[in-house]
Amino acid sequence: MSTSTAPPGWRRALRRDWQLYSLALLPLLFFLVFRYLPMIGNVIAFRRFEPGGSILGEQWVGLRYVEMFLSDPTFWQVFRNTLWIGGLTLVFCFPIPIVLALLLNEVRTRALKRFVQSVSYLPHFLSIVIVAGITLQMLATDGPVNHVLGWFGQDPVRFIQEPEWFRTIYVGSEIWQTAGWGTILYLTALTTIDDDLYEAARIDGANRWRQIWHVTLPGIRPTMITLLILNIGTFLAVGFEKILLLYNPLTYETGDVISTYLYRTGVESNSFSYAAAIGLFEAVIGLVLITTANLLSRRTVGTSLW
Amino acid sequence: MVSVDRPTRGYRVFQGVNGLILTGVVVVTLYPFLNIVARSFSGERQIRAGEVTLWPKGFNLTTYEIVFQDGTFWRNYGNTVFYTVVSTAIAMVLTTCYAYVLSKKHLKGRGVLVGIAVFTMFFSGGLIPTYVLITSLDLKNTVWALALPNAISVFNLLVMKAFFESLPDELEEAAQIDGLNTYGILFRIVLPLSKAVVATMVLFYSVSFWNSWFGAFLYMDRIELMPVTVYLRNLIAGATGGTAAGAGTEQLTQVAANIQAVTIVLTALPILCVYPFVQRYFVSGVMLGAVKG
Repeated sequence: MSTSTAPPGWRRALRRDWQLYSLALLPLLFFLVFRYLPMIGNVIAFRRFEPGGSILGEQWVGLRYVEMFLSDPTFWQVFRNTLWIGGLTLVFCFPIPIVLALLLNEVRTRALKRFVQSVSYLPHFLSIVIVAGITLQMLATDGPVNHVLGWFGQDPVRFIQEPEWFRTIYVGSEIWQTAGWGTILYLTALTTIDDDLYEAARIDGANRWRQIWHVTLPGIRPTMITLLILNIGTFLAVGFEKILLLYNPLTYETGDVISTYLYRTGVESNSFSYAAAIGLFEAVIGLVLITTANLLSRRTVGTSLW
Repeated sequence: MVSVDRPTRGYRVFQGVNGLILTGVVVVTLYPFLNIVARSFSGERQIRAGEVTLWPKGFNLTTYEIVFQDGTFWRNYGNTVFYTVVSTAIAMVLTTCYAYVLSKKHLKGRGVLVGIAVFTMFFSGGLIPTYVLITSLDLKNTVWALALPNAISVFNLLVMKAFFESLPDELEEAAQIDGLNTYGILFRIVLPLSKAVVATMVLFYSVSFWNSWFGAFLYMDRIELMPVTVYLRNLIAGATGGTAAGAGTEQLTQVAANIQAVTIVLTALPILCVYPFVQRYFVSGVMLGAVKG
């Protein structure tokens, strides 16, 4: 029945390309089960869920769980922490690769440039567990950081247990891990800038700084905007795994974020519906942020993801 | 690119400063690694006193010996290899098939098929519904809980699609005239021409599966099923003090001082060994993705 009522275009396409469509079946099943089914599974944010029961929950409870987290002081605490950590990450981890790429671009010795690149890409390839392990070792009371502080007569600081240090540690470790790798896209964009533009700028009397300002930066602007939009989109989804590895109950006060909080309430305390409501809130805000950033960028500078 | 203009004094100063900054970047990136390696070979007293910098002090192999004798450590290492191989194989099959389909511009409904994949980059079901799903599918404590939910990375998919699109249509048309069907064209014509991108994708996937820990942490209940990343995680989280069964007091203090450093070194070693050879594949893969994605 479906073939006889389908528009003739589809019938012809199916007859001609059925082998191609057949290759898409397993991947589509993957997307359906492991990507779209969990999206639908978010209905448990509005339904009572029994562990071992239906993954779509048992009965509607309306906005009960949403009201619950909106009146939960811990939720607002982790919400503020998320904004702080997300904001600091954006402020530091977005521009640093740009600066690093511009500096690398000025290096005239190819071998030196390659060496710096190879070294700075390295942390990207390591497991986040190793990165966290190295971070904790560096900050241990007998670690190098406290060793250097000792030269200035400072007593060892218990960085890992001090809430006021958590954000600095997180952002620092994030920079260490991502700054080098983040230069790749900018360095690629920099090689596509036409040399004639620099030539023209020089003839107009532009010195090096003005060349960077008027030629180089506009040349990498589309890349900057694209990455900025992506960064804004993942703003609330701050490095969940790294925080899980770096924080501890002593630093929850500053380190606990939305995703770690919902992990603890959901998986560790079995409040699945409550945690799903928080998770849905986070995902919807993420979608709104990236859509807004994309729209603004398309209206103002003409660059957009879609 | 700008070699013709005369270097001014200010520019020479800038080059000097630039060199210093980049040297600083190299030092800051490498020092932690070198320090960890030095610690892993150092004696307990020297570590506690903060004497270890770039070179082992009070050379000591006790902790390495203890970790080498630890059955759980090797078992978890073996699990990492097994999980990585299975997950990468599944991911390669699914990603290749879908990327090939998406690369066919004439295909009706192609836009929808692309959209289904790309939308998941911007909106995901989230941790809790996924956890509930994996649990109810009875995938917990199996390799499938790690492999299946990550079988297609949309970024990798788009890189591969871009590569397939760059292949000339004439080759496939000729193969079609020779009587090959779609499957034959994919396996006998397209894939042999795509060795570089296939190698890159295998690397992308295997490094990410090798490095992952959270899936196993979430979906595995027993220590003997964990990958080595979770072994290390339990160590740095203080959930286990490492294994020191049958060790004397002196050994215990030594182990306590640098078991984390030793385990970090042993876990990072395979990646550090292949890194120099695979780095350029990663860079070219990211660039390919950036141009088209």
